[in-house]
Amino acid sequence: MAAPLSVEVEFGAVVNPGKRAVRSLLFDGVKKHQVTLPGQEEPWDIRNLLVWIKKNLLKERPELFIQGDSVRPGILVLINDADWELLGELDYQLQDQDSILFISTLHGG
Amino acid sequence: MCEVGEDYRAPAGQPPPRPGREQKCVKCKEGLPVVVIRAGDAFCRDCFKAFYVHKFRAVLGKNRLIFPGEKVLLAWSGGPSSSSMLWQVLEGLSRDSAKRLRFVPGVVYADEGAACGQSPEDRAKTVAEAKAGLAERRLPVVFSLPPSVLRCSAREPVGTEGAYKAAVDSFLQQQHALGEEQQSLPCPPRPPIRAGPPTAGQTEALSTLFSSVETLTAKEELLRTLRTHLILHVARTHGYSKVMMGDSCTRLAIKLMTSLALGRGPSSWSAGFSDERHGDVVVVRPMREHTLKEVAFYNRLFAVPSVFTPAVDTKAPEKASIHRLMEAFILRLQAQFPSTVSTVYRTSEKLVKAPRDGCAAGTPGPRCLLCMCVLDVDTADSATAFGAQTSSQLPQTQPPVAQAEAPTVSCCCTGMGAALSAFCSCREEDPRARVIEQLCYGCRVNMKDLPSLDPLPPYILAEAQLRSQRAEAEQIQEYLLEDREDEDARPGES
Repeated sequence: MAAPLSVEVEFGAVVNPGKRAVRSLLFDGVKKHQVTLPGQEEPWDIRNLLVWIKKNLLKERPELFIQGDSVRPGILVLINDADWELLGELDYQLQDQDSILFISTLHGG
Repeated sequence: MCEVGEDYRAPAGQPPPRPGREQKCVKCKEGLPVVVIRAGDAFCRDCFKAFYVHKFRAVLGKNRLIFPGEKVLLAWSGGPSSSSMLWQVLEGLSRDSAKRLRFVPGVVYADEGAACGQSPEDRAKTVAEAKAGLAERRLPVVFSLPPSVLRCSAREPVGTEGAYKAAVDSFLQQQHALGEEQQSLPCPPRPPIRAGPPTAGQTEALSTLFSSVETLTAKEELLRTLRTHLILHVARTHGYSKVMMGDSCTRLAIKLMTSLALGRGPSSWSAGFSDERHGDVVVVRPMREHTLKEVAFYNRLFAVPSVFTPAVDTKAPEKASIHRLMEAFILRLQAQFPSTVSTVYRTSEKLVKAPRDGCAAGTPGPRCLLCMCVLDVDTADSATAFGAQTSSQLPQTQPPVAQAEAPTVSCCCTGMGAALSAFCSCREEDPRARVIEQLCYGCRVNMKDLPSLDPLPPYILAEAQLRSQRAEAEQIQEYLLEDREDEDARPGES
């Protein structure tokens, strides 16, 4: 049983022109979201977070952000300003007050 | 080599070993790693910074093309790669002593909002953001606006390589003022100088041009061509002999594959450090060894500001254009095979255009009107060329008849097929054909998506006309010489 978590999800720090526009368009113009994840059976990891984001934050065109289980290739994920590859990528277990940042390296969207 | 019974693959269910947080930085062996570069090298923050900066300086130093005191124009799109490049240059300039970068930089920013359908207010806001971002940098800045390229007043051929430039009235006046200022101050704390905003008519013309293009691929290519022309024009008029573009390794790999898919051979694409196609202005790419991931991390960790601008392909689906498709392909492949980008990039460095048969060494061939590469549509091999042109002109009544006559004429004079067909009256009445024949294959394919060539900027159409007139004049010259030689020869024969 996982307790409710409060994490900060940020989109942006655009890597190529056009991406931030998409971010704002996809996520309703808000860059930083302070998110409270409800308590649930399984511990929260990035995989679950993505599902949550898709359901609750993505306004349109989910395929521009999420592909299958993971983010679209070309989108970098930083957890507390560190590469997610060092932390286990999708399997990283979220902790309270973590900061997740998604940076897109794709052209325009 | 194959050993029976030996299983080289890791047993299913065991993921490949990943660098974990418990590892130390591979360089200093002390710090906590923050980012994974290449395939498994974890760097800590300081080592990453040193690595990144060192790469930038190494690329510049190795190639030795930038001379001390030279004026170098930095092409800044607002995106992170070019912002990072700008930042590196700035830091490099401020360093003390022998390690300091020693050239004189300027920054050019092309406002492409009109091409993307952005409203004037949004564009003004973007430009203001960009200016604010640069205000602390104290570099001379020229804000160039593509619509201004649509007006053409004077045109002088610059350089022997068939390069040309377009000049604009109000723009010229600005430049004279700028030129004086720049000569008086070597390295400036100067406020950014902005060219006047484009008129509504120019913006309208640009919007018309881009909305008349049918496919997104052609739009992106056209935008890229116009942007290159504009930057070159700015460089020439302000006396910059080098232009720095911020293309990263990833972006270059994608560009290479896209160019190949679009029919642009290696002659139209320079993957090396420098691109000397444009004669007097050399384009260099100091960010070519940095991957986009490195750029993104650096910008985030060290707070390099960047401004976003919407592009023509913002929010477009994946298969909307060849560029997008290729980008998705390469990035997806990169996720599985981390050496994809570097392999493509290294291979591109080895591409060399084979010398063409029948081409005398040293004589520069005609150049494409738009991309300045050597024309690769072989005039001697005119069967394919005529076939393509005839089929594209079938709806029209006149040309096919004249086209059918041309091959017989060209048989008499080898190698002059395309030039001779310029004599056909149909050509003179068909300005589209006149422009098309001066383009390389890649640009021709692109033009297919433009139903009419009228919305093209006047300087392009004017230059096309000038070149074809020049070609015709040359043909007439040759005939005159031949007659005189005959007359001289006759008394000699007996």
